[in-house]
Amino acid sequence: MDLLLSNFWAYTIGGLAFGAIYALIALGYTLVYGVLRLINFAHSEVFMWGSFAAVWVLLALGAKGATGLGLVAFLIIGFAAAMAVSAAVALGLEFVAYRPLRKRNSPPLIALISAIGASYVLSEAMGLRDKPFKWFGADDNLADYVGRPREASPLPLDVPTVRLFYIFDYHVSNIDLIVLGSAIVMMVVLDQFVQRSRLGRGIRAVAQDAEAAALMGVNRDRVIRLTFVIGGAMAGAAAMMYLLKIGVTRYNAGFLLGVKAFTAAVLGGIGNLRGALLGGFVLGVAESYGSALFGSNWKDVVAFTLLVVILLFRPTGLLGESLGKARA
Amino acid sequence: MNPVSSFFHGVADRFRALPRWGRLVVLAVVVVLVYFLPILNPPVITTPDSDFGAVLFLCAMYALVAIGLNIVIGYAGLLDLGYIGFFAIGAYTVGVLGSAHAKVPLLLCIPAAMAVTLISGVVLGAPTLRVRGDYLAIVTLGFGEIVRLILVNADKLTNGNRGISGIPTPPSLDLFGVPHLVWDGFVARVDLDNQTRFIKFSVVDSIPYYWLALTLVFFVLFLDWRMQNSRVGRAWEATREDEDAAELMGVPTFRFKLLAFATGAAIGGLSGALFATKQQFINPDNFTILYSVLFVAMVVVGGQGNRWGVVVAAALLTYLPERFRDLSDARFLLFGLALMALAIFRPQGLMPARRNVRAKRADEETEVLEEGAAHA
Amino acid sequence: MPDATKGPAGDSRPDANEPPKDLADEASVTKADEHRGTRVDDDSVLPPDEEAVPDTSVDISVEEVAHLPKGKMLEVDDVTLRFGGVTALDGVSFHINTGEILGLIGPNGAGKTTCFNVMTGVYQPTSGQARFMGEPLGKRQKFQITKLGIARTFQNIRLFHNMTAMENVLVGADAHHSTGMGSALLRLPKHKAEEAEGNDRAYELLRFMGLEKRADELARNLPYGDQRRLEIARALATNPKLLCLDEPAAGFNPAEKARLMELIQTIREQGYTVLLIEHDMKLVMGVTDRIVVLEFGKKIAEGLPAEIQDNPAVIAAYLGVDEDAS
Ligand SMILES: Nc1ncnc2c1ncn2[C@@H]1O[C@H](COP(=O)(O)OP(=O)(O)O)[C@@H](O)[C@H]1O
Ligand SMILES: [Mg+2]
Repeated sequence: MDLLLSNFWAYTIGGLAFGAIYALIALGYTLVYGVLRLINFAHSEVFMWGSFAAVWVLLALGAKGATGLGLVAFLIIGFAAAMAVSAAVALGLEFVAYRPLRKRNSPPLIALISAIGASYVLSEAMGLRDKPFKWFGADDNLADYVGRPREASPLPLDVPTVRLFYIFDYHVSNIDLIVLGSAIVMMVVLDQFVQRSRLGRGIRAVAQDAEAAALMGVNRDRVIRLTFVIGGAMAGAAAMMYLLKIGVTRYNAGFLLGVKAFTAAVLGGIGNLRGALLGGFVLGVAESYGSALFGSNWKDVVAFTLLVVILLFRPTGLLGESLGKARA
Repeated sequence: MNPVSSFFHGVADRFRALPRWGRLVVLAVVVVLVYFLPILNPPVITTPDSDFGAVLFLCAMYALVAIGLNIVIGYAGLLDLGYIGFFAIGAYTVGVLGSAHAKVPLLLCIPAAMAVTLISGVVLGAPTLRVRGDYLAIVTLGFGEIVRLILVNADKLTNGNRGISGIPTPPSLDLFGVPHLVWDGFVARVDLDNQTRFIKFSVVDSIPYYWLALTLVFFVLFLDWRMQNSRVGRAWEATREDEDAAELMGVPTFRFKLLAFATGAAIGGLSGALFATKQQFINPDNFTILYSVLFVAMVVVGGQGNRWGVVVAAALLTYLPERFRDLSDARFLLFGLALMALAIFRPQGLMPARRNVRAKRADEETEVLEEGAAHA
Repeated sequence: MPDATKGPAGDSRPDANEPPKDLADEASVTKADEHRGTRVDDDSVLPPDEEAVPDTSVDISVEEVAHLPKGKMLEVDDVTLRFGGVTALDGVSFHINTGEILGLIGPNGAGKTTCFNVMTGVYQPTSGQARFMGEPLGKRQKFQITKLGIARTFQNIRLFHNMTAMENVLVGADAHHSTGMGSALLRLPKHKAEEAEGNDRAYELLRFMGLEKRADELARNLPYGDQRRLEIARALATNPKLLCLDEPAAGFNPAEKARLMELIQTIREQGYTVLLIEHDMKLVMGVTDRIVVLEFGKKIAEGLPAEIQDNPAVIAAYLGVDEDAS
């Protein structure tokens, strides 16, 4: 208790920063669920691939050691690479694992099985990435990229921690600022997009009533592709933030994070974009406080217990369900 | 219909056509063969890279898991992604009572394990079975992970990551020895130096554990059959088909869902107990959430609701990776690809429940009739 | 638009905490439903000798139902039900006497199905209450109300499609059974007795409905008309004091309708009380003892069939809508 009280703002800001990562991943779950009523189990792998994309691109560009404006440029490049690759993986996932099922009107459980299969494939492919290169004897030259594929790969970027200003007694660092700032920018852009643009309206329409939307001339397949791309890009952004906070990624880094992000989506009310954001932040902060109170070992237990408790009292999540009805 | 299921159903039809004594003889021969599999150690089938008896034990144990989970997913239609949690609780109940904190004999530990998992099933199910199906999946997934984290963190109770060793074995009888067969190519020879003691449970020989697990599988299958052919089984099926209509026909659906969930949990606990006594050492790494996913895959691959299908699927999904150890690095990758292919090309599972096949046949007949009518 | 709104993956699992979709959707039966009916309805695909012939000589009466005291069995007392802005029922009151066939009629969307839903515990009324045998239904759950003695059929057929006809009826019969896991596993005498009773009862009802030849067929493979009759058999299997039929003749041709009405009268003669929803006024005239008419959620008339026929308000209500369009 004392630990939490004496470092209240540190735990709060730390929780919010992690919450932002959960929230961005949760957006992907919630978007796809809203439109397809499908738990995109492989979304965590979309995140993981994005994180590797950032690592590799920055490695290839020799980002290590950059400072000043160069560092800023590399940061932006890292975000762009992660977002692009995550979006591409998400789109590929939709084409290979979900679209064929949709064409056959498979029941939800089967779609989930396909999603689970895809999740295994994506994460194991990353964990076995040395293999094809070994066959061609190219693994020595590429050791930085494919060596020790089951181990953690560090982000090749030196971001010095700079303490910028105080919030009460907590000295906010540049990393906190980058993570929270970029998350908020991303969220506002997405919110406006879904609310204002024609494509965004299409997403909402399909989520609310696919049949009616089709009658009104909304191209459902296009909307579905779009949701995967947007969800993927958000997961990519989350991947870069994760790298900034944690410093390393791994072939199985997505799994637990994915489960928690889905938890966040359910917590806020699945299918509801603002719900996903709220859920992410609530989860992040709750975990952070939980680790202060019970020790950091227990923070995951706190997260899931919170989920069960909230579902008990508010079965549709904090903000209620439905992508269509909620404004965003 | 796919060749696998038509093969199995063809065999089943032949079997049913036999007279009663014929069926008994066939059944007895098959059962004996299955029991003697590790003794016979047949070439091709046997696993060159790992202990065949141990592999068969795992097959039987996972079959038990699949039977339990089939009640939850296949009969009651509840997607449980945290089944490993119950398995772990069962194993740790045995570990804690039998070794870490007391020296309770195994035969008492097992019912205790089942009771504890049953209770945890009720405690988890009572709040969550009221929320919608998709949420159940995520809540159970979380549950599975919570259980593992508690095992890691509740150091005083579980020894944390160090795990629990010295878990008691079942009581041994040690009546006589059964010599193994060894194969020289396709020529068999009785190896008198290599005997399995009937029936002595020890680390050196997995075969008695296999026998124990197999016996449990048959026993639980029998109970499963009785359960399904009763008011309970009908209530589950009706609930899965149309929950509201079932409720309006007088089925207390919530109660029956909870019953399925808790029964499944207890069988998961039994399997976990079996695992613990065989391994004699357990730690939290044995219970990662990936196993939950594997269990669900067994049920879906086997054809939800088909008890023999899930048994075969469980055995195959356990056996194949062991048989083809050379591919062991890539086996999860292949497993994932197989799941995707299955979902896309064989969504009803390799061996769909008989009912679906029958329905399909009838549908085809109706279609033919309808077409005939349209032409007329 | 029912079902069409559901997800692409065929999300058909009913959700515990949403209003049950199909029940709610019965409110707006559209052309799609009718088509779904007629497509399967095409009885011509069956050889004529398989046409189901109800055997009304079978005794399906139940002791505890047949000798109920005379009087008001069910009272709907000033029930109002609102869905957001829509008032589906507006201060509706009527009652059903033991042993009668009461017709509940009204144009489509009048609130008839909603009325069933209130009586069977699907919806809680916004105000007012329903009383069964003098006792308020209160917050009783659906299955508890069924056990009290109200059984129903559905406007849109809701059989357990992947279970056989026999099993469907057995589920109904299980409503008055109490075999649990223990007696099922140990095959205790209770299990055996109840299975035997249930089988007898189910077979009796299937014969009564003329479905005994279909006993082992999956419900979804039955012709449309048989599915409708199977729903009635399943409801009767619960030994209901009050049998509620929601447009049981929907999608039937006139001859089939007439036969079904005879069947319903036989059911009453065997001691059951029947509440019959129908929007076709002519059809119910012959079979019902009394009629209650709803329009826009309000009761606009109540009385003997002859009175209803001449009631100007009823005539106006029915003139207001094109009867055949539904
Ligand atoms: N779950 C619901 N949500 C909103 N409106 C409903 C719901 N159920 C019924 N209604 C409305 O109640 C009215 C009466 O419907 P219903 O009882 O089905 O009529 P009918 O007499 O044809 O059976 C309709 O206007 C319908 O739109
Ligand atoms: Mg109606």
